[in-house]
Amino acid sequence: MEFFERFMVPHPSFLIYMSMVLIALVSIALVAVVTYFKLWGYLWREWFTTVDHKKIGIMYLITALLMLFRGGVDAVMLRYQLSMPENAFLTAQHYNEVFTTHGVVMILFMAMPFITFFFNFLVPLQIGARDVAFPRLNLISFWLFFMGAMLFNLSFVIGGSPDAGWTSYFPLADNEFSTSVGTNYYMIAIQIAGIGTLITGINFITTIMKMRAPGMTLFKMPMFTWSALIANLIIVFAFPVLTVALAMGAMDRLFDTKFFAIGDGGMDMLWANLFWVWGHPEVYILILPAFGLFSEIIPTFARRNLYGYNAMVWSMILISVLSFTVWTHHFFTMGQGAMTNSIFSITTMLIAIPTGIKIFNWLFTLYKGKIVMTTPMLYSMHFIPLFTLGGVTGVMLAMSAADYQYHNTMFLVAHFHNVIIPGVVYAMLAGLTFYWPKMFGFMLNERIGKATVWVMSTGFVLAFIPMYITGLDGQARRMYTYSEATGFTTLNMVSFIGAAIMAVSFGMLVWNIWYSFKNSPRNIGSDPWNARGLEWATHTPIPSYNFAITPDVTNASSEAFWDMKKNGVEIFKGDIKKIHMPNYSGLPFVMGVFFFILGFAMIFSMWIVAIIGLIGVLGCMVYRTFEKDEGFYIPEEEVKATEKKYEEMYKKRGDK
Amino acid sequence: MAKFFPIGQVMGFVFSLVLTFVALLVYFTDMSMKTGMIVLLVTAFLQAGLQFMIFMHAGETKDKWSIYSNIAYGFGLVIITVLGTLLILLWDMDM
Repeated sequence: MEFFERFMVPHPSFLIYMSMVLIALVSIALVAVVTYFKLWGYLWREWFTTVDHKKIGIMYLITALLMLFRGGVDAVMLRYQLSMPENAFLTAQHYNEVFTTHGVVMILFMAMPFITFFFNFLVPLQIGARDVAFPRLNLISFWLFFMGAMLFNLSFVIGGSPDAGWTSYFPLADNEFSTSVGTNYYMIAIQIAGIGTLITGINFITTIMKMRAPGMTLFKMPMFTWSALIANLIIVFAFPVLTVALAMGAMDRLFDTKFFAIGDGGMDMLWANLFWVWGHPEVYILILPAFGLFSEIIPTFARRNLYGYNAMVWSMILISVLSFTVWTHHFFTMGQGAMTNSIFSITTMLIAIPTGIKIFNWLFTLYKGKIVMTTPMLYSMHFIPLFTLGGVTGVMLAMSAADYQYHNTMFLVAHFHNVIIPGVVYAMLAGLTFYWPKMFGFMLNERIGKATVWVMSTGFVLAFIPMYITGLDGQARRMYTYSEATGFTTLNMVSFIGAAIMAVSFGMLVWNIWYSFKNSPRNIGSDPWNARGLEWATHTPIPSYNFAITPDVTNASSEAFWDMKKNGVEIFKGDIKKIHMPNYSGLPFVMGVFFFILGFAMIFSMWIVAIIGLIGVLGCMVYRTFEKDEGFYIPEEEVKATEKKYEEMYKKRGDK
Repeated sequence: MAKFFPIGQVMGFVFSLVLTFVALLVYFTDMSMKTGMIVLLVTAFLQAGLQFMIFMHAGETKDKWSIYSNIAYGFGLVIITVLGTLLILLWDMDM
């Protein structure tokens, strides 16, 4: 019995027991449904072992949407707890756990896979490649990320959630003050997912540098690919810092080392320092692909090319360098002198310049454009003003002297949600709506889509603008309750209503997917938006080899498909030849499972199991070393037959 | 004949041995902390550069521009991060 006691939740409540029951029921139901419809073989053959970048992308997307739901439920719980003074819905401990997991899940397990979905789905198509540079490694990335995410989500029913904030500052995160295994989950689950992300970074830099279509120079790449290149570059330089910090933190907790402990020569402030050396670039890892997506969507629906391509690229390069020089602004109040704070204040404000350049370029793209207000465009139009508001409050926070006033208040919380939601989340949903027909062959309903945008923005403004005010009035962040005398009640109630409205908009998004799946016409061809980039030059649904003939963009611009459509530039030259493709493999999944076992065992200090997991991981690597895998060829006839099938399908459906 | 004899690699090997020997001097002779650290840092970076250029073939392919700029970028970031950390936690910390 003693052995099993470690798996108990230290602070159980009715809500947690209910979630346990729900998790068990949903898992049983899932297994039952898959078994009933005999889908295990299909899932294994077509999805779990796939190295196709499009399918891996879709698996990232599904995980991201699930995590958006989970993080969203956390958010509504937090807002409900604060909607009334002295509310007893959550205890202090439970509240700590909920805001910690909300932060981690939303940043690392929602936003990260969402952008990785776009990297996977779009980059090879935009550069005219058949897959990424290392397709098998790409699948390993996915499974590591997925296992990390599942491990983290297990925490609240087995052993207890992390409760030291998503920043997990030491000394609070050390054994002395965080006694449950919760923070072990934090250290290890993020580590596993982080390794996956690092691998993704290397994979995509290589893909973009080495696999571009003939004639595509760096300055002819589509804007999203540029943003992906820069974001992956930041990943490769920033994530190792997180890896090291998490490893040191895990050792402090599991092996009693003293890197961040207060006594014995440890330095707790070093954790905050290392965390934000990674953490600030991470912000740009998320926002740059979002900018890239807006740069694809806005020209498409302004019906003109992007204003200032070179300025856009150079501002991203500048952001990538500057993003590594500002991390101190997250802890201006830690105790370093005014000189240090001034230096980092200035570097922080400098970032506003390239970001401002980008905003103006989008505005100039709209100027004299023939704007078509579709759902993705509506998201973009809401993004520009709302994001600018977040940027301006960011510059307010950047002033270190002023920051002493609103450090760790709701003002900060309002600021970063104000950049992340209209910036990252809107971009993801706009991109999702925009590329939905390319993925699934039907469009999302425009009326429901536009209504969703309006409901979401209404909810957003109601939820977060009040926080600016209560923050300036002194409501501290992470405070689980407050007295009526503070006068925060009304604004927090408004904020809760806003959060509830945002939850409704998420429901509308899900409803839209279902409704459109049922009702949308399927004869939409392969270019329903009258789009511009190379990714639209292939069929829908996209064949496994992407392009029957490798595109040649020597005579085209960065908007190769537009040049082909409107200016008659020929980009598919030559004949169909046999196509070399990578083999599917089950090894990455197996490796992911071993990583899960290793991680789970380490969290609970079960060393024998951990060693077994580690041997499994290493064994997979050794097996791979001796495995011969040279891929396979799709014969010329088969490619021709597939292409012919598409022609017949278009004719039969009467596509435009 | 020059093509058949890898003169660059042999010289590189000799030079890397020399650098190792110079670094060892720090241990075997009685240098001050300061001189010792300088010798170690200089030889370490020369050694890394040498290995990178000669034995990891950094400059031999068409993409050498991207390899070098990548290294320069990483180098710059490391210097910023280390100096920034020292500034925050040691040089400018009121403790």
